[in-house]
Amino acid sequence: MKTRLSNGMTRRHFMEHVAGSCALTVPALSLGQSIRAHADELRGNHKAAILLWMGGGPSTMDIWDLKPGAATGGPFQAISTSGNEQISEHMPMMAKQMHHMSIVRSMNTREADHQRGRYYMHTGYVPERRVEHPSYGSVISRVLMEDEARSEGLQIPPFITVGGGSVGPGFLGMAWAPFSVNSNGTVRNLKMSLDDRRLVQRMETLDLIEKGFVSQRRGTASEEHRKILRKTWNLLSSDQMEAMKVAQEPETVRERYGNTNFGRGCLMARRLVEAGVPCVEVGLGGWDNHSNIFATLENNKLPELDRGMSALVEDLEQRGLLEDTAIIWMGEFSRTPRINGNTGRDHFARAWSVVVGGAGIQGGTAVGATSDDGTEVVTDPYTSQDVMASVVKALGIPLETTFTTPTGRPMKIANGGKVIEELFA
Amino acid sequence: MSREIRFTVPLVVTALISLLTVADAAKRPSARWASYDLPQVATINGRMIDSWKEWEIKPSQDATEGEWCRRVYLDVIGRIPTVPELYAFTKSKDKSKKRTLVNRLLYDERYTEEYARNWTTVWTNVLIGRSGGTERNSLTSREGMQKYLRDCFARNKPYDRMVRDLVTAVGSSKPGAENFNGATNFLAMKVNEEKGTLATAATARIFLGLQVQCTQCHNHPFNEWKQQKFWEFNAFFRQTRALRRFRPGTRDVNSAELVDEDFGGEGTPQTPSEAEIYYEQRNAVMLAAYPVFVDGRAIARSGFVEDANRRSLLADLMTSTNRTVDTKTATYLELAAVNRLWGHFLGYGFTTPIDDMGPHNSPTHPELLNHLGLQFREASYDLKQLAEWITLSAPYGLSSQSNSTNATLDDPLLGEDPKFSRFYLRQMRAEELYESLVAATQADKNAASYEEQEKEKNKWLQQFTVAFGNDEGEEATIFNGTIPQALMMFNGDLIKKATSADKGGFLSNLANNRRIPNSRKIDFLFQAGLGRTPTDQEIERANRLLMLRVQDEKGDINKGTIAAMQDVWWAILNSNEFIINH
Repeated sequence: MKTRLSNGMTRRHFMEHVAGSCALTVPALSLGQSIRAHADELRGNHKAAILLWMGGGPSTMDIWDLKPGAATGGPFQAISTSGNEQISEHMPMMAKQMHHMSIVRSMNTREADHQRGRYYMHTGYVPERRVEHPSYGSVISRVLMEDEARSEGLQIPPFITVGGGSVGPGFLGMAWAPFSVNSNGTVRNLKMSLDDRRLVQRMETLDLIEKGFVSQRRGTASEEHRKILRKTWNLLSSDQMEAMKVAQEPETVRERYGNTNFGRGCLMARRLVEAGVPCVEVGLGGWDNHSNIFATLENNKLPELDRGMSALVEDLEQRGLLEDTAIIWMGEFSRTPRINGNTGRDHFARAWSVVVGGAGIQGGTAVGATSDDGTEVVTDPYTSQDVMASVVKALGIPLETTFTTPTGRPMKIANGGKVIEELFA
Repeated sequence: MSREIRFTVPLVVTALISLLTVADAAKRPSARWASYDLPQVATINGRMIDSWKEWEIKPSQDATEGEWCRRVYLDVIGRIPTVPELYAFTKSKDKSKKRTLVNRLLYDERYTEEYARNWTTVWTNVLIGRSGGTERNSLTSREGMQKYLRDCFARNKPYDRMVRDLVTAVGSSKPGAENFNGATNFLAMKVNEEKGTLATAATARIFLGLQVQCTQCHNHPFNEWKQQKFWEFNAFFRQTRALRRFRPGTRDVNSAELVDEDFGGEGTPQTPSEAEIYYEQRNAVMLAAYPVFVDGRAIARSGFVEDANRRSLLADLMTSTNRTVDTKTATYLELAAVNRLWGHFLGYGFTTPIDDMGPHNSPTHPELLNHLGLQFREASYDLKQLAEWITLSAPYGLSSQSNSTNATLDDPLLGEDPKFSRFYLRQMRAEELYESLVAATQADKNAASYEEQEKEKNKWLQQFTVAFGNDEGEEATIFNGTIPQALMMFNGDLIKKATSADKGGFLSNLANNRRIPNSRKIDFLFQAGLGRTPTDQEIERANRLLMLRVQDEKGDINKGTIAAMQDVWWAILNSNEFIINH
């Protein structure tokens, strides 16, 4: 969208120039009062997080914590990797990248329902009636945007999800909601057919109506709408939207990531992080394998995951981005060690794995362990909060960062989880 | 610029209306609100007034007539009123004009189609989700579901009969197929996989207000439902199968046929006369279960359809036809229906979420909820009467503007229980936006048949649905006040069409309408979009745009006027005030 106007200004510059006094077209300066972060410590923080979200609950004992030979083990064999951990034979490309990634094998959580599990793993809280918690993506982007220079430099949303649904911004407000795009990076309705001058005049009129309504004490929804309008305006006038155009990458790169939604999503995540987006979530669904699990994993899910995820790790590393970018791989829960009558595995949250790496997190190790049949955690158990506390640490965000809910309740980032020390050995 | 084409402020005389309110209040000093001779309305008002006193909050002032009118059109027929409809209401001197309007929207046959369309939309999303029937090879026919529901709402089928239809349906899912029965679409995709657990959870949640899906695998800490109860409820669905019917000569699913078959049970050998099912506890112990309703009433254990048609017996138990009815306590079904409707109209139910009504989540106004449940029963489950009581009640008529006593104490977004002392802002649903634009701009109306219009709308709606990628078909809408929605409102085709200056379009017709003087045209746009007159500042802004557009058009006043109206209309449609039901 780098439309050059006759006098040589970029579109964005022109829009700012012409916007003048219209409040909606001027970037927001105040960031609200709901956060007590340490702005100084965040200054110059260029870190980012990429969450690879495996919707449906992948069977981690068929991917990251194999039990070949056990009655519950299933048919897959374990292979050695570039790290000290072994993983599934159907993840050969990832096996070459495992020195960058660590597996937390002692996850022990309680939520085995999709909705509750998704909420819990995304927020660190179980659903409560009185408060809607923000997802980690909203939290991380909200905190990292405290750095004014970074915030002003970014014109596109700071939390972007590719090819899937995340969990919303909760009490942080719609302005921190994930912006969803599909893996082709097509954003609908981006094209304006109006000349800029007239559009700005329309925005001024709109702002007048908006302000009038907001001033009538009708509640937060009317103010949220106004914030969204401003963000939308920023996005419309930004050439950073180019970051979503995965098709601009050379064919070899696109091939390396895989011609799949997930592959393109991973590639877009890299481009977005390069553009300064602090948090990207890439979704890969289809893990709810109640039946026919092994064929589905071997022929379908694992090849797609293996190619996309390994390409992302390798690419970030080659571009020097991995040291500033945390990667988290997880689903809402895992699947029962017991194989059911339909050759499937059902929901299981008691003993499972997540994978993390990048941003200074120690790679190549397996933290914790499960019993021989995969049914129990036999070392210190870890939770959603602990994983997130570790990621927060890796991102250079102080763990004392606290949010205040609308009811005035202070909430610690990552719900007070403990850093998993083995990840920083 | 000549004075004649200025948009000016119309005078509105409200004195008469306020005099009436005062006179009414003087007669019965404690009654600020009329009950329209409906005891149910009087009860709602009385209970609410008491509870506001207890909380020491003052309810907000009443909504303006324009706001109330816009609200009731949106909530009853799914779109905002047109300007003539709005004027018909605001200018009427009928003392009980609110009741007159509600009755017109509910019972006048000119509104039957829109009433049925709106509630079909609402219930389709409840029963099969926003994307149900849109996936390839789906057993669900969205069209079939909608056909069934439209028929229900057009005829105002009693709610208990509708539930019975949906729970017991047999036949083919797709319109046009032999023995078509659209009601089958509720369960068509929920009975085959995973032992009918989806049917179990959806039936309990939607019709009984009980969230049981977690108890499938274990006793849940936050829910008094036990695993045993889940499987006992599940046993009612085990005779049922959805058979795939293919397009001749292909493997493409054409439709589903929902059937009840004899069920032999899960034992070895099978014992159809005592057809039990088994479930596994967390400690790997297997237990048996037979069909037992949530209140403990059991049915015969036989799996033979002829002896005991389990779904049919379940419907009996749900709708209470087979027992001496407790006259003091509303049933699960009654409570869930009232709570759903209350939530539809007031923005929040008596419980949040509305479909989780277990003892762990007690309602905000238990007595009122129970009372309305019993009244709903008395009214033979007539949804229209229930809608009438709620829309004519005091809480429904309040302004969304808060006062100093209820600004924080009554804001559910701040984690407070809803106290209904103000109207809670909520965004229009995507379908409401669509229908509102069609009504306001008279777009597309005569162009296509009902089916084609619906198809066009459904295509547009699909852009807002995101699936979560699990077997339970969970999904979310991104028409939720975020950037994609704002982009659609800025630049989308629907808005382009609504703001187009093309000949014969809404704006061009308005600009050329000689019966509406130029000075009233901007007023007309504000009435059409927001149900109110513009403020002085807004008029001033519109005049400035008029001047600029006339300049752009090199002095052509006609072209300039339409262009200025385009700008103003675009701004109105994009405003919070337009998209928020307030």
